[in-house]
Amino acid sequence: MTVTDLVSYEDALAAYDPVMGLEVHVELGTKTKMFCGCSTALGADANAQTCPTCLGLPGSLPVVNATGVESAIKIGLALNCTIADWCRFARKNYFYPDMPKNFQTSQYDEPIAFDGYLDVQLEDGEVFRVHIERAHMEEDTGKSTHVGGATGRIHGARHSLLDYNRAGIPLIEIVTKPIEGAGERAPEVAKAYVAELRELIKALGVSEARMEQGQMRCDVNLSLRPNGTEKFGTRSETKNVNSLRSVERAARFEIQRHAAVLSSGGKIVQETRHFHEEDGSTTPGRIKEEAEDYRYFPEPDLVPVAPSREWVEELRATLPELPRVRRNRLREEWGVSEHDMQSILNAGAVDLIVATVEAGADAAAARKWWMGELARRANEDGVELAALPITPVQVARVAELVAKGDLNDKLARQVIEGVLAGEGDPDTVVEKRGLKVVSDEGALGTAVDEAIAANAAIADKIRGGKVAAAGALVGAVMKATRGQADAARVRELILEKLGVEG
Amino acid sequence: MPGITREEVAHLARLARLELKDEELDHFATQLDDIIGAVARVSEVADQDVPPTSHPLPLTNVMRPDEVRPSLTPEQALSGAPAQEQQRFKVPQILGEE
Ligand SMILES: [Zn+2]
Repeated sequence: MTVTDLVSYEDALAAYDPVMGLEVHVELGTKTKMFCGCSTALGADANAQTCPTCLGLPGSLPVVNATGVESAIKIGLALNCTIADWCRFARKNYFYPDMPKNFQTSQYDEPIAFDGYLDVQLEDGEVFRVHIERAHMEEDTGKSTHVGGATGRIHGARHSLLDYNRAGIPLIEIVTKPIEGAGERAPEVAKAYVAELRELIKALGVSEARMEQGQMRCDVNLSLRPNGTEKFGTRSETKNVNSLRSVERAARFEIQRHAAVLSSGGKIVQETRHFHEEDGSTTPGRIKEEAEDYRYFPEPDLVPVAPSREWVEELRATLPELPRVRRNRLREEWGVSEHDMQSILNAGAVDLIVATVEAGADAAAARKWWMGELARRANEDGVELAALPITPVQVARVAELVAKGDLNDKLARQVIEGVLAGEGDPDTVVEKRGLKVVSDEGALGTAVDEAIAANAAIADKIRGGKVAAAGALVGAVMKATRGQADAARVRELILEKLGVEG
Repeated sequence: MPGITREEVAHLARLARLELKDEELDHFATQLDDIIGAVARVSEVADQDVPPTSHPLPLTNVMRPDEVRPSLTPEQALSGAPAQEQQRFKVPQILGEE
């Protein structure tokens, strides 16, 4: 095993200009496969979801899944693409056991959607337009297990085992045009593009796009050309990069590796490479077969897809607000910075905050609870924010109790803790734990008097004008009321009683 | 009319994982050349305004609703497999050592 030479990222960018192409495969969330009625549900027994069509048995005939086509059109429209008025499927022939048919049904020179773009927003707010070459329909392959080699790798395996449950699940492959001009921000653009695409797919409701489950996978094509030149260099294709962070790391690694090869006078080999999560490196896979080796030809068993313009317009009318537009709208409504909005997005809190606001909370309070106490808990428990056992309606109720002065923040945190512990909804927890702000002015006044009497020296300082010292008395009162007083009101009372202006 | 060369036949044979002897390559190159020549005559008679046909039927948009239909049982699915293991199709080594 040779250690791959790298040059520093800065040195690489000082000499070379990166050009990227991103290919993203999205598994659609249809109930059935693309060309047969087999279920796509996860977790089935091996080979329990196959039929003569997806096994490629003689005499079987494929029929296209209408929802698969509809999803493809929606994705195309959301990516600002032209939708073909007539297109065909094609057979991509290759000899590999992950497809029992010995070909993958795909689209070749007639994709259903083409020539679009997606605007992506970088963390500092800069918008970068990524042009889309095409989005086409195809099918997923079966799952191989390699037996007998080192650590389950295909190299050196004695034999392989195939489960075809996944073979035939609808995939949409989305291919960008060469992404030029991103310069040192290329890895960041790659990550932002995949993130935006994932949000878009989720907003369209065509797939859950969970990268960790392989429902969305990215291939990163990258080449370098000397700064100031036009001609693209030879590219490498890093396959199956399956998290947002990995997309960024893979692009960065390849920039550094290409630069090292080129600057030492070497040549980049056009090949596929594998990405390694552990150290962010890539290693060579097979040398890429030329496109004509796939011997594409129109699929004779499927008739052309010719979406009527009426259907396309109907689908266009159902498109949701684009995620980036929605985020910017919410950002303004909530009055938060680009950076804060990015954190909210990364935390998976956008929809939760929206739902909490819809349930009556004000945006600042909704954001405070989800991004503070609750984000901390989710992090501690290693779960997603949305998976916490508390609903936006419950969070809104807590916020309402705080706004009404029935709870202070400290008590509110205890209420949330109680809800998370399964003690019931916020009102039940307040009731059971006896968590109410002491708003009885009489009781509060007595507590304040006692605190003043017990801390005469501090009280004198305050009388003498050292208003800041009031904090100590507030603390004493809060302690005496076991935290169930409104701290701001306590402070007012203290200053009032000592005859000092706040 | 460009035909098919012996090298192209050898390349196709490799892609299809067919082992052809030297004399078979010559034999098939000649035969395939004849076939391609015959098919090529179709484009001579077709005018520019006749699009290439991939389907004999004037049909488009044959689709089915996204409704689950029964699959084969794993036993049925594997019944024709030459070899199986762990309810999966067992296939020979795909790649050798690097
Ligand atoms: Zn099937």
